[in-house]
Amino acid sequence: MYALRNWSVRHARGMNAFYRGFEAVLVALHPLWKLIGYRRLERPVAAIERGVKGLLFDCRMCGQCILSSTGMSCPMNCPKNLRNGPCGGVRSNGHCEVRPEMKCVWVQAVAGAARIPGGRDALESVQVAIDRRLQGKSSWLRVVRQRVGEST
Amino acid sequence: MIFEDEPVPGYPLPIRPGHTSPGRFERVLRAGQFAVTTELDPPDSADPEEVYRRAHVFDGFVDAINATDGSGANCHMSSMAVCALLTRVGYAPVMQISCRDKNRIAIQGDILGGAAMGVCNLLCLTGDGVQAGDHPQALPVFDLDCMTLLETARVLRDEHRFLSGRKITSAPRVLLGAAENPFAKPIEWRAQRLAKKVAAGAQFIQTQWCYDVPLLRSFMAQVEE
Repeated sequence: MYALRNWSVRHARGMNAFYRGFEAVLVALHPLWKLIGYRRLERPVAAIERGVKGLLFDCRMCGQCILSSTGMSCPMNCPKNLRNGPCGGVRSNGHCEVRPEMKCVWVQAVAGAARIPGGRDALESVQVAIDRRLQGKSSWLRVVRQRVGEST
Repeated sequence: MIFEDEPVPGYPLPIRPGHTSPGRFERVLRAGQFAVTTELDPPDSADPEEVYRRAHVFDGFVDAINATDGSGANCHMSSMAVCALLTRVGYAPVMQISCRDKNRIAIQGDILGGAAMGVCNLLCLTGDGVQAGDHPQALPVFDLDCMTLLETARVLRDEHRFLSGRKITSAPRVLLGAAENPFAKPIEWRAQRLAKKVAAGAQFIQTQWCYDVPLLRSFMAQVEE
């Protein structure tokens, strides 16, 4: 939802702090997830992730979430799917050139990143080309498995 | 600028130490000279003479000619074909590649193909959205973005492999460029974005037309920082 998405960017600091805690819990519960089986968890967790992040960020379930590096503004809402910064076509009012009614997700990202400690530095890292096979998959489970050093 | 080892302007030159391309454009830039480029408006035609007529106007005045890739999301002769025609008669083109119309498979093929035809300079662009052009009903691809496109070209050139890891036998020897618009929001982050492009592989930058000189000055000051 557009209004909530903007709210999330305004509260990027709290969102990021909450996510850090949430991620730590998810990682700590790795033995449990392993017991149940990651493959079995994939669909229900992805459904929850879609619901929660869809509501808060208009998440598009790219499966390789970088919200913490983009000031809590989801870059997949950019009509050009830009994950590394804004294009040159941003309007003078800071809105998108493709969808004039929408604020540029990267104008939002820069504003959101300023609210997160170290957020501006995170914007600097070059994001690798997106893996389209992960579309619709859970980013949360993927992160946990990466953190514990398991192949995804 | 005149080079002794350049028999015909635009002809591929011996690559000097530290250079990445056999083009005159890189030599002029690295010599710290004022480089002049122009943009060739590609014809809505299949007649090569229309390309040559437009290029001929700039004979003796420019170091490279930008061949646009569906600029403004309008359909024209392809950038690749314009480059092929230009290199055939000794012009030095800058092949523009936009992420709008092609995925990473097509783009990597074009980089190899362009280099094989004598293209020494690539300008890596995101591209205008399809809504801006004369085919708003088209599918916007944007598989890569300008940053990952730069990275892709750099990997092809420096690591001699495709993004997949598969080796290529002869790497494209090209100079990589990127665009920047110092006048679009978020203005305070434009210089950092440029730094990011340099980190991704950009060796030269081309901007939009610059009319707002004070804003350009403040942008350049940030770039120097």
